[in-house]
Amino acid sequence: MAEIDKRSPLPVGASGGETVVEGSLPPKTAISVSRARWRLFWRGLKTNVALFTENPIGLIGLGIILFFFLLAVAHPILMRTVWPKGIYDPVIGVDTTVPFNPAPPSATHLLGTDPLGRDVLSQLMFSTRAAFLLGLLAALVTVFIATTVGAVSAYYGGVTDTLFMRLADLVIMTPTITILIVLGSLLDLGMIHLAVIIGILSGFGGATIIIKSQALTVKVRTYIEAARVAGGSNAHIIFRHIVPNLLPLSFLYMMFTVSAAIAIEAVLSFFGLLNVRMSWGLMIYTTSYSGYLLDISKWWLIFPASLSISLLSGSFYLVGRALDEVVNPRLRKR
Amino acid sequence: MQRYLVRRIAQNILTFFLFLTMVYLLLDAVPGDFADLYLNDPRLTPETRAVLRSQLGLDQPVYVRYFIWLGDFFQGDLGISFSNYPRPVMDVILERAPRTLVLFITATVLAYYVGFLIGKLLAWRRGGAMEYAATVGGVALYTVFLPWFALMMVWFFAYTLGLFPIGKFLDPIIWRTAPVDANYVFYRMLISAFIVSLAFFLWFLYARRLDPGRRRPMTLLGLFVVLAALVGYWATTGVARYAADILHHLILPILTLTLVNFAGVMLLTRNSMLETLREDYIMAARAKGLSEKSVRDKHAARNAMLPVATSFVLALAFVLDGGVITETVFSWPGMGLTLLTAAQTQDVPMVIGALVFTGTLALSAHLIADVLYAFLDPRIRYS
Repeated sequence: MAEIDKRSPLPVGASGGETVVEGSLPPKTAISVSRARWRLFWRGLKTNVALFTENPIGLIGLGIILFFFLLAVAHPILMRTVWPKGIYDPVIGVDTTVPFNPAPPSATHLLGTDPLGRDVLSQLMFSTRAAFLLGLLAALVTVFIATTVGAVSAYYGGVTDTLFMRLADLVIMTPTITILIVLGSLLDLGMIHLAVIIGILSGFGGATIIIKSQALTVKVRTYIEAARVAGGSNAHIIFRHIVPNLLPLSFLYMMFTVSAAIAIEAVLSFFGLLNVRMSWGLMIYTTSYSGYLLDISKWWLIFPASLSISLLSGSFYLVGRALDEVVNPRLRKR
Repeated sequence: MQRYLVRRIAQNILTFFLFLTMVYLLLDAVPGDFADLYLNDPRLTPETRAVLRSQLGLDQPVYVRYFIWLGDFFQGDLGISFSNYPRPVMDVILERAPRTLVLFITATVLAYYVGFLIGKLLAWRRGGAMEYAATVGGVALYTVFLPWFALMMVWFFAYTLGLFPIGKFLDPIIWRTAPVDANYVFYRMLISAFIVSLAFFLWFLYARRLDPGRRRPMTLLGLFVVLAALVGYWATTGVARYAADILHHLILPILTLTLVNFAGVMLLTRNSMLETLREDYIMAARAKGLSEKSVRDKHAARNAMLPVATSFVLALAFVLDGGVITETVFSWPGMGLTLLTAAQTQDVPMVIGALVFTGTLALSAHLIADVLYAFLDPRIRYS
């Protein structure tokens, strides 16, 4: 990735071109540097997108994510325009014209109604947004922690490193779902708490170790030396030079965290341990306690939610795998 | 090698202590202490309540209680389970843990065996529709919502086809007239399974040294002899029918877990194989004119096995994680189900016990993984 842009006045380091020490340059050069940096970023992005699109796996994943994203966006619009709030509200809506619930799919309720008379499609779409928010928040927390901790412990080494690596060992040893089940039954866990806990658990765990090992290879590059010679502080070197080079790998872990977070949330709601208004797992929980769990003739109660969980979780995983081939050249086809 | 091992063991023991502390403090930080379950009786006056609390040791500061608990833990005393009153937690764990371990070790071994074989082939034949189908199928199995998948398996194999029982550990109708209890039969099953696998392993080691022509017949003969001995033993015990009932209940959960786990192994093996195939020694092996099969199985796959072997040992550490889901759906009375019910009924000693059990398991798995890694990869030993 390290290439030198001939058109820029200064040698530019790795992909983001972050080696340039800002503030020490005359204004005109600063503009051309930022332009060069932008151009490099653009070129790197184009190469990576080309590599990514080479692989149909990642595109399948992106397609599924886009589909669910559209579902999530469409829900508030439909609620405002087509669906009356009293009937289609995912939590408290009920259609009094339906004589028996759960009712099979019909023109008014495309995916039928649940045992409490609520529209399944509306629930499904409403929960999609929650799933995205949960996954995104968990992933952001993970990436923030893993990247910072990985870079810091690689940069300082010694006691800091030992401390964080022992912590990572401890977190890896902790069974996530088991701990969350214990917390969920003893405390009042909401969606945001859950996202933060998942983020912290996966951030201090395996992701840190891998990102740290990547940071170790970045740390010994010459542009880090150059930055230090130019008088860059430790914080400057870590956040402007090491972290940007870790971001592709972090992004990869973001995908895996989203995938895991969606699955974990579904499992916890399935056991009825979360305090959420509506989610895919909760839809299955409702089916379960109403006694329709093994009744396949009422397929609309369990199939849409379960399939959505599997598909969305799987699609983020697929995108992660495709990104893995972008980030890790050893996996690519020659 | 020795120094490396000593250091890793010391680190792991330290981690284990941290884990114990974390579990204790976590459950201590939960609002309302667990004596409330005993003390919620409205007829108790505040004075009686205070006396009871001090008798239970709850007026002590948390670190004193922690050290008392730690001392008891190392004497094998984890307290008394509230939901299984008056059974000690240790007793419950000793009964349920083997059930969980049997389920998961069998499924994990099967999953790794199948996953490794398929992953190896996938990496070898790169590209084409088959690779995409296997990857997408593998990811689908790997990320499928496990409770739903397990339910579909129950619905299809147990409910529609009627091949297997719908759940539980045994069929009470058969066991009503049984002369012995379930644990009696189950422990004998465990011991015989252990002896049989040991015998297979030793025989395999012996047969490997034979010349190629005699290897296969001798292996088959060994298999036959051991299986015959097993069947003969169970025929004489008179409880074979009950053992068969437990086995019958085991099949569907094992099948489900194997299907879910094998996909991850397959994907991991594929990646590891792809990295190995880039190495120079593969080129060298090809240049020597070795057959494709030999290059694949003896040069590439054996080296690609390293991360897979480690992940196998570490997978054992996560027995409880998958256990909660699978055991709930199949009503399998193992540690996972015990933990879930204990957590839902605020049975704190049992929850701590179950978490400590996982921690112990994970610690042992980590240690074994470290030793195995140092044993398999000399580069780690000397760094």
